[in-house]
Amino acid sequence: MFSLSHITDLVNAWLYQQFPPTLALLLQFVIVGILVITLFSILGLVLIMMERRVAAWMQLRLGPNRVGPRGMFQTVADTVKLIMKEGMTPNGADKLMFNLAPYIVMMVSMVIMAPLMFADGFQIWDINIGVFFITAISSVSVIGILMAGWASNNKYSLLGAMRSGAQIVSYELSAGLSIITIVILTGSLQVSEIIAAQQTGWWIFKGHIPVLISFVIFIIAVTAETNRAPFDLAEAESELTAGFHTEYSGMKFALFFLAEYVNIFVVCAIGATLFLGGWMPFHIGSWESFNHIMDYIPSSVWFFGKTFFLIFVIMWFRWTFPRLRIDQLLNLEWKYLLPISMFNLILVTLMAIMGWHF
Amino acid sequence: MFLKEYIKDVWGAISSLLKGMKLTGYYFMHHNKEAITEQYPDNRKTLKMADRFRGEVVMPHDENNEHACTGCTACELACPNGTIKIITKMEPTPEGKKKKAIDTFVYRLELCTMCNLCVEACPTGAIKMDQTFEHSVFDRRLLTKKLNKPDSKVREGVE
Repeated sequence: MFSLSHITDLVNAWLYQQFPPTLALLLQFVIVGILVITLFSILGLVLIMMERRVAAWMQLRLGPNRVGPRGMFQTVADTVKLIMKEGMTPNGADKLMFNLAPYIVMMVSMVIMAPLMFADGFQIWDINIGVFFITAISSVSVIGILMAGWASNNKYSLLGAMRSGAQIVSYELSAGLSIITIVILTGSLQVSEIIAAQQTGWWIFKGHIPVLISFVIFIIAVTAETNRAPFDLAEAESELTAGFHTEYSGMKFALFFLAEYVNIFVVCAIGATLFLGGWMPFHIGSWESFNHIMDYIPSSVWFFGKTFFLIFVIMWFRWTFPRLRIDQLLNLEWKYLLPISMFNLILVTLMAIMGWHF
Repeated sequence: MFLKEYIKDVWGAISSLLKGMKLTGYYFMHHNKEAITEQYPDNRKTLKMADRFRGEVVMPHDENNEHACTGCTACELACPNGTIKIITKMEPTPEGKKKKAIDTFVYRLELCTMCNLCVEACPTGAIKMDQTFEHSVFDRRLLTKKLNKPDSKVREGVE
């Protein structure tokens, strides 16, 4: 079977052969950094293009169709425009915090990339508390948003940031609880082991009803965590102009924008890993020949296919549902999602103990 | 009892959200057929306007260069922002009497809000809304239009 792990092993062996261990390790850091940044820029271009296309088609419009073939270079043109713009810092703003905030938001989404498994044997860091690491780091992004809102010295920014804080802190709970259901079923926090446990079938099929409930809750919670419609109160255009990034312009704004899309990718990748088996091909119990055919599709295609499917679902939400009010938002979390996911947690625990899953 | 309400709430929410997603999903899948965007400068020849679109006030004339405007100034009174100004004159009738008739129908396009009130006020149906919309000119004076054509007169039998 074709596997990217051969390439990574080869590069690893060659580096350690050529250079002293410390230098080899540093060189590996550099290579990983370049790969992550490349992935970031490609994701930014592709996802923004995809979002605009999906939005247009769902609203019975045509979408970008002027720059390049079928408007494919529209996002490139937009990026060039943003680079040329002046990155202003308002006079009354806290200069250091104001300029630091976009980088913090960006760095958080970069660090979450570490335990993700992009293909069979293609992972930056197979840490043994992978899922825990992801949930811990992803809550740091709210600091960046609060920082941006506070430092801007603007009432819209502050309101947006405060809403975003309340929102992320609340929805982190139900996102965490729905991740825990999978951890209970797998018995491990390590990403590679969670994927290996889905060899015989993805959790969403093996765990049937309780996992399906936690999957739905997970999708709702991460939509809220990434501040996207219908939970985009943090930037609510019609009320707060642009929320926490009202005062940002040029590339600093672009970093927030990019971080939003990369965050979507990351949470969808986590969802695909936990519920849809990550890079694991679609296997049905004991159908040997069917499973064998599915194995011929490269694992990276499986991973990106599932991730982009989930991204599409989240975009579908955005262009269908109206925005919630802040009290409705907190009602939904504290009165509905959290009790349901707690009950669901008991159900899953019972299921794991009694062995009711396939 | 409370639990029943709660479950009903959740069920109602999920089913209504799914209904909305079904519609947008349908649009997404059938975007080629359903898209309503007109790519305007490119399709100028085949441009389809909506029925309710209103571009400017015109006065239709028939082949004898006759219109239906009696000069009653109902449209001028109906106009909320002074777009229409009607200048009348007294014209001799064959019987030797004098009769009020229209001299100039002045229409100021730059003031018009296309509210359609003048068309509704007109008792003889002399004016209507046209769908032309490319009104930009280099001189503002060109926007003050005279709607009745030169030498036109009111149609026989229109009172």
